[in-house]
Amino acid sequence: MQKISVVRIFMTLALILTSLNLVAKDAKKGENEGKVDTKSEIDAYIEHHLQDSHDFTLWSDGEKGTHVGFPLPVILWDDGLKIFSSSKFHHGETVAEVDDNFYKLDHGKIYKTDAEGTITYDEDHHATNVKPLDFSITKNVVTILIVCILMFLMFGGLAKSYKKGDLPTGFGRVLEPLVIYVRDEIAIPNIGKEKHRKFMGFLLTVFFFIWILNLLGMTPLGVNVTGNIAITVCLALFTYFITQFSANKEYWKHIFWMPGVPVLMKIVLMPIEILGTLTKPFALLIRLFANITAGHVVIMSLIALIFTAQNIYVMTPVSLLLTIFISVIELLVAFLQAFIFTMLSALFIGLAVQDHDHH
Amino acid sequence: MDKLINDFSFGLFFWQALILLVLLFLLRKYAWKPILDSLNNREEGIKNALESAEAARKEMQNLQADNERILNEARAERDGMLKEARQLKENMIADAKAEAQTEADKIVAQAQATIESEKKAAIADLKSQVAGLSVEIAEKVVRKELADKDKQLALVESMLGDVTLN
Repeated sequence: MQKISVVRIFMTLALILTSLNLVAKDAKKGENEGKVDTKSEIDAYIEHHLQDSHDFTLWSDGEKGTHVGFPLPVILWDDGLKIFSSSKFHHGETVAEVDDNFYKLDHGKIYKTDAEGTITYDEDHHATNVKPLDFSITKNVVTILIVCILMFLMFGGLAKSYKKGDLPTGFGRVLEPLVIYVRDEIAIPNIGKEKHRKFMGFLLTVFFFIWILNLLGMTPLGVNVTGNIAITVCLALFTYFITQFSANKEYWKHIFWMPGVPVLMKIVLMPIEILGTLTKPFALLIRLFANITAGHVVIMSLIALIFTAQNIYVMTPVSLLLTIFISVIELLVAFLQAFIFTMLSALFIGLAVQDHDHH
Repeated sequence: MDKLINDFSFGLFFWQALILLVLLFLLRKYAWKPILDSLNNREEGIKNALESAEAARKEMQNLQADNERILNEARAERDGMLKEARQLKENMIADAKAEAQTEADKIVAQAQATIESEKKAAIADLKSQVAGLSVEIAEKVVRKELADKDKQLALVESMLGDVTLN
């Protein structure tokens, strides 16, 4: 009963966010981005949105060339640490000069250029300029930090509320069943009752981290963190290393010298099994990345229908209805992907730590 | 694939890894551990409470059974006492009845004896009175009869005749 009401609260919350999202995106497109109305421009706009960015832009006016948002610190390693504000780039329109070095933004990436900001391209339209190591606090890093603070407040608060009494109060009542859900439905069935405790911290952190980021991706803030390959690679690597480092003897035996098969098969199986340990986290990272990216692309494309349509009065309601429909599905996907990532992580860990006493 | 690799930002990866590590460490220490501990404690508490409730229920049942048994015993005892009392009452009544009967019989017998003796005395008295009266009457009769000689002789004669007959 409680689980249902929790789901309902989240559904309502997310619906509100989604509707805000729609309004905001419409406003963004309709009023401010008057120039984005051809197919190639829409493609570029969507691609731009999917990428990380060096400043936190809330909306921009394409015609006037104004951007509302705030700049973020750029940190480069280029023969020494270079730290400056991203406002120097003026959203990629100007060349930033730092310590007699010139940098320019091109498609969300920082290149070293000359004073005029010339960027040379090869035949595949890839910039050939030198790319300095970029450790900037980008929009995604800021979002991650916000999520960290949010999670710390939420679950720190929940932890604190247990000091006062056995039952949590306020928002903790929503969070507690979710924590129990992760423990009872994800961790214990896959890892087992005796061993699950050690991995609960990672599973809970990853579950809520991905879920909150997925939900934030549906807000009009226009962030796309879990749809960024670097993020999913990092998350999957965590799962990979935790799995390998907590694996027991039987797990390694099954990989390097599979018991119960002929010697020749053992030799054949070894590379396959070693590759298998890598494909598991690879599937994790691609699944999360692809699902979230696809969701963002579909929603933005549906909204873009309004601007490419010949008959705007017919297309607008159709596009809105479709967008709402897909948004609701995306809401489910936001949870589902967090669940699947955590579930599979737990499964892989479970496989690595389980006792093979059935041989 | 080429685009994916191109899109991969090492800086973002670096920050994500660093932040996730810090987040994992902090949350584990300040959130997950206390939360999971409290959840475990609470679940243990609930389990214990349920168990003790069950034990209390059994205890209660035992107590109730005891009570029932004691009540039954008391009831049986009461019944026995009542029965005894009734018996006693009946005995007492019977005893009293018998005693009264004998007493009454005695009184009746005494009365009868008194009546008999009174009767005897009365009869005796009557006899003596009748005898006196008869003697007086006889004396008077005799005096009157024996006023003349002939009649005396005749009487003697008849008396003598009787004696002879005897």
